[in-house]
Amino acid sequence: MSDLHLPWLELLIVVPLLGALWVSRLRDANIARKWCLIFTGITFAVAVGAWEDFGLLHATAADDPIHLIRIGGRELFTIDQFSAPLLPLVALLYFLTTMATLRTKIRRFSFSWTLVSEAIALATFSCREPWGVVVLMSLSVLPPIAELVARGKPLRVFAFHMALSILLMVLGLAWVESEQKSQAANSFWAMVPLLAGVLIRCGIAPFHCWITELFEHSSFGTALLFMAPIVGAYGVVRLVLPVAPDTMLRSIGIISLVTAVYASGMALVQQDARRFFSYLFLSHSSLVLVGLEAVTPISLTGALCMWLSAGLALCGFGLVLRALESRRGRLYLTEFQGLYEHMPNLAMLFVLTGLASVGFPGTFGFVGTEVLLDGAVEAYPVMGVMVVLATALNGIAVIQAYFKLFTGIWIAPSVSLKIGGRERFAVLTLALLILIGGLFPHPGIVSRHHAAEDLLRDRAERHPRDAAFAEPAENDPAHYPISTD
Amino acid sequence: MNYQDVSYWVGLSVVCAPVLLLFVLGGATLLGHSLSERANGRCVQTAIVVGLLGSLTMLALMLFSGDRRVPVELGSWVAIPHYHFKVKFIFDRLNIPFVILSFVLCGTIGAFAHKYMHREQGFNRFFVFYALFVVGMVVTSLAGTIETLFAGWEMVGLSSTLLVAFYHERKGPVRNGLRVWTVYRVSDAALLLAAVALHHMTGEGDFDAFLSGGTGASWPVGTALLNHDQALLVGLLLLVAAAGKSALVPFSGWLPRAMEGPTPSSAVFYGALSVHLGAFLLLRVGSLLQQSIWLQIAVVLVGVVTAVFAAFAERVQTDIKSALSFACLCQVGIIVAEIGLGFRYIALIHLLGHGCLRTLQFVRAPTLLLDYHNIENAIGDRMPHAESGFWNRLIPLNMRSWFYRLALERGYLDAGLTDYIVQPVVRVFQKCDAMERAWIRWLSGGRVNEMDRTEKASLEELL
Repeated sequence: MSDLHLPWLELLIVVPLLGALWVSRLRDANIARKWCLIFTGITFAVAVGAWEDFGLLHATAADDPIHLIRIGGRELFTIDQFSAPLLPLVALLYFLTTMATLRTKIRRFSFSWTLVSEAIALATFSCREPWGVVVLMSLSVLPPIAELVARGKPLRVFAFHMALSILLMVLGLAWVESEQKSQAANSFWAMVPLLAGVLIRCGIAPFHCWITELFEHSSFGTALLFMAPIVGAYGVVRLVLPVAPDTMLRSIGIISLVTAVYASGMALVQQDARRFFSYLFLSHSSLVLVGLEAVTPISLTGALCMWLSAGLALCGFGLVLRALESRRGRLYLTEFQGLYEHMPNLAMLFVLTGLASVGFPGTFGFVGTEVLLDGAVEAYPVMGVMVVLATALNGIAVIQAYFKLFTGIWIAPSVSLKIGGRERFAVLTLALLILIGGLFPHPGIVSRHHAAEDLLRDRAERHPRDAAFAEPAENDPAHYPISTD
Repeated sequence: MNYQDVSYWVGLSVVCAPVLLLFVLGGATLLGHSLSERANGRCVQTAIVVGLLGSLTMLALMLFSGDRRVPVELGSWVAIPHYHFKVKFIFDRLNIPFVILSFVLCGTIGAFAHKYMHREQGFNRFFVFYALFVVGMVVTSLAGTIETLFAGWEMVGLSSTLLVAFYHERKGPVRNGLRVWTVYRVSDAALLLAAVALHHMTGEGDFDAFLSGGTGASWPVGTALLNHDQALLVGLLLLVAAAGKSALVPFSGWLPRAMEGPTPSSAVFYGALSVHLGAFLLLRVGSLLQQSIWLQIAVVLVGVVTAVFAAFAERVQTDIKSALSFACLCQVGIIVAEIGLGFRYIALIHLLGHGCLRTLQFVRAPTLLLDYHNIENAIGDRMPHAESGFWNRLIPLNMRSWFYRLALERGYLDAGLTDYIVQPVVRVFQKCDAMERAWIRWLSGGRVNEMDRTEKASLEELL
């Protein structure tokens, strides 16, 4: 394994943690927001540095040159083809969400917990060790719980699901590891609790109700940051993909497909904008899982692309909804809000980010969705059609929400509802990334394809029967070898 | 610079001009700096003139060189093992007339709309959607691969939806816009599935490869690479896509609804270009239709049924735009039937002529009464009204009101889709929603959320 030139990965965790300590001492919420923005900005710069440094190494994986944290002589934090672009993505989501937080929200939105949550999320995405991932995924539920408790909001549904998920993951991983010491392949029953634990965290039906509950009761920013990086899918890649056989993964893929369609249908009938968003998000994260669980190079490539595109697009979409909520209070989709004339560019950004999430042409999601569909149809010739159904329903849901929020009789507000400078910067940045990714998708897709090949190669080492999946097409002009130092 | 280089750059200018227009108008809106009406008009004029001149130059080059097929390849947009996405445009005997028609009609309507929409609240918004439409039309018209065609196809759909809902302070246009979008999504889904099926059957989405077997034969010549069953499957998916886009039966209900938009957009979308896209798609894949007699029969049947239905419904419409939309649909049905019968040149000529005629009729529609007065003043008498004696003799008196109602309700096609597809789907998800809420209530110890008390579903209210 290669060494990075600087200890980027540990800085990624230390900087937001230091920031959290510093911000927690501040009494003034405005000053806390400024410092939070500075720390999330520095963290984003570090994440970009880690990505660039890793790119310069041309390695399949790398870690820090100095190691503060080790477990059993193994480095806890590493960066590889798969996680390299996810780190700046996660850091960017935190930075832009902090930036777009308005004064009306700063009393509810805890900046110190946000920085703690960022440190945990980045640590999770830097960790390849199964026990490390389980522990970090467990820790990541603390910031939302702290907020729900502090605000006196209902907690039981969220806490119950998270506790069940953590319990099953711990049980499953312990069982799987104990079996690995005595036999070459894991038994079916050993993998069931692990799989169930991870799938509950992903929100797969019928264990998805905690997502709507979280969006309904916590602040929009906290829920968005908890969901947008799709940590559950990371759990699938690090915990399940290396050990589960193809048949099991593909069976679970069908449940993910059904969840994707179900969630897109549920998004259509929601009356509350937050619930609508939570179902839209669930549908997309389920589509990512479909690609991961189909375990072919194309489906994995599509899933990893959609992970990035849906993360960017839905974060932008969520920030637009949050900006609307800051001005109008809780948004209901039962009546026309007539907001277009007050905020035309926010309306356009709503359509752009919403449609980008469903893979509209010219946006980053377009090619990712096509590749995912191709892979899904390859793995599930009949059921794969449901991917199209899910994206079609999601598209209808997005435009329906646009009509509900932005059309109708104009209201006459006593204060200006125009988008603020910081919000504009945050959403325009995401829109720009979505469009650039849509117009020049090749580098992103190739990078995700290499990550998919790496994941399948790792998997093939444990499952020799599936090695064929990891074999690249040598004669293909698009293929070039990856260095394996 | 040789012939290939010249044709490449000319072809590129045809595609890039509308794309730049969209970037300028859309970018300004996103940044919150709308252009003035004059600047807007100049941008539109420049883009359309450049695109049109490029198309005419390409036509001249093709006539001069005798080349009937000029591909403009922008290379592989994405190329990974097992998956390639090529951006390729073709200029041939089908595309060139269609893209010239698109530029001519879009230019005419752009100039018309510049006056018609003068000082309208949504002037800038109209032209952003218009630019999106022009890009969609040009990309669809010139697409050399099914994926490229799909990209343009979706852009046309979105711009169409947003323009139907243009007068968005009223609920009617918004509801109709969502209906149009819903049908378009079905159409898009069918086209996307056809593209994926083609990828899996032939490994290609390139029209040259799967429609003419890579022999270089240009439209309308060529033999598709697919066998009978494959052609039937892909062809039926394409027929559903075409039916959705061109409002063929059973999707005809959205066309009169789409008349809620501003007259210039109605003219260019539903009188001329967008409504013919389905027919254009079927013309493009003509050699695939030939592979299956059942497919050809299906295309002819859909076309004939649509034409008869539209002629029937058109007779009782009470507003000029609805009457024109059904008249238009009748001709589109005939064009589709012609394609099914294999008369591709006739269908193309029919399509071009019909698009021009309908655009003229639509843009004259707002001044129809004035035109009637002028004619009556000129002839010094009332306009003669045609008696429908033939039908009166044919249909018994007690059946006439039933037929009238049937025509007035547009064959209950729209109501049928709502009652038998939309409502059951919405009810199923509403039931699921109610069950979920009950489950959450139980999990959280009987606590009732505020939203649990409301009853109406969002989609139900809209549709």
